Amino acid sequence: MDLIIPSSGLIFWQLIGFLALLFILVKFAWKPILSALEERETSIENALKAAEQAKAEMANLKAENEKLLQEARIERDNILKTANDAAAKMIEDAKQAAATEGAKMIESAKGVIENEKKAALTEVKNQVAQLTLEVTEKLLRKNLATDAAQKALVDDMVKDINLN
Amino acid sequence: MFRKFLCLSVLFSALLLTFSTPTFASGDEEDKTSFIMHHIKDSYEWHFTTLGHTHVTLPLPVILYSSDRGLEFFMSSDFQDHETHRFGEAHGQGVYYIDAHEHLHRADGGSFVDLSITKNVAMLFLVVIVMGFLVISASSHYKKNGVKAPKGVASFLEPIVIFVRDEIAYKSIGPKYKKFVPYLLTLFFFIWIGNLMGLLPGAANLTGNIAVTATLAVLTFIIVNVNGNKEYWKHVFMTPGVPVPLLLVIVPVEIIGLFTKPFALMVRLFVAITAGHIVILAFIALVFIFESYAIGVVSTLMVTFLNVIELLVATIQAYVFTLFTAMYIGGAVAEHEHH
Repeated sequence: MDLIIPSSGLIFWQLIGFLALLFILVKFAWKPILSALEERETSIENALKAAEQAKAEMANLKAENEKLLQEARIERDNILKTANDAAAKMIEDAKQAAATEGAKMIESAKGVIENEKKAALTEVKNQVAQLTLEVTEKLLRKNLATDAAQKALVDDMVKDINLN
Repeated sequence: MFRKFLCLSVLFSALLLTFSTPTFASGDEEDKTSFIMHHIKDSYEWHFTTLGHTHVTLPLPVILYSSDRGLEFFMSSDFQDHETHRFGEAHGQGVYYIDAHEHLHRADGGSFVDLSITKNVAMLFLVVIVMGFLVISASSHYKKNGVKAPKGVASFLEPIVIFVRDEIAYKSIGPKYKKFVPYLLTLFFFIWIGNLMGLLPGAANLTGNIAVTATLAVLTFIIVNVNGNKEYWKHVFMTPGVPVPLLLVIVPVEIIGLFTKPFALMVRLFVAITAGHIVILAFIALVFIFESYAIGVVSTLMVTFLNVIELLVATIQAYVFTLFTAMYIGGAVAEHEHH
């Protein structure tokens, strides 16, 4: 048998053997293997994708929760702030009202006191005038009780007129 | 590592001694190396070893067809001397005889077709059976378990299948690779298993036979050219961008190129495997030529080393044949956008 001249018999059997092997393996082995591999690859890819999606969704959900929480916090803060403001305002108002009322009362009290004072002073003045008149009458009566005194007074008056 | 290598060498040399020594212990210089070519070439019988004067052989069927005599079946042992196991004109059957160089002749000079199950054909059947068993038993895992992780043979095969599919087929062929993956897988595993089994002691040199590599190359040639698209043929017969006078030179070159590609495939595999076998056997032959213990130790070490190298070569050659086939297919089916 020759080394570099291909023998017809071996070519024949090689062709038959190899083609039979090819046919059988393609039909019964390679196709199932390759399709199984492909199926596995796609299923792994899908699983990875799904996991990725779930992760993203989870993150989304978490972010949303966070956001909700944040909003709730802000809302609470707002409510607290409004309540605080309202309370402060009420206290302020009450204070204001009390102050105004007090001032008014003091004002009116002052007016009353003034009036009373004026009335009292008038009374005192009247009293003083009365007393003065009485004292003066008494004094005059005493001083002019004699004729000589009356004459002296008239003289005095006349003298004053002459001088003028 | 080195100790393992030594152990391997000793084991291997023990194996060689049991198998080979009696065969070549006596005889002239020609006999001491003739076993090399005898191993490399095909044969009508499968000769394993000779113990003393007993030849351990497997007689194989000799199948012959001629238009006048019809289909005839013989055994290789019918054509040889029962004592020496030598073929010769004296042991003819009918009009056929096998000469001392193992050429089958027809005494009356008529034409005939030799379809004998030779050593390499028997080896081919063995490789086909082993490979078929291996791959089908792996595929049964996928049928049973679907997309589950591989186990057993399937886990051994799967990385190689994925390698051939992704690294060879997809990278060389491109998006249309799917159609060709089964052929490339069969090609790769056939050559690989053939190479590896050829390295076993007593095995035949199947993938280092030019008829085998030629058949595989022709199959590749057919697949490449049947799947060649318009661009491919245009590139051959009307190479774009080449002035018309130059086409007279380019077109014949392109046409020759169609054939040199499979020719290179055929020669590469044949030479790589045959040369590997020859080198290993040559180192073994040194033992019988020098008949010295020192040479025996050295050549056993070398043979062990070369066997390890051959394991690599077996894989590389299977890869290269498959890769080039995929690249030729890729060239035939590629869609060029710019030209």
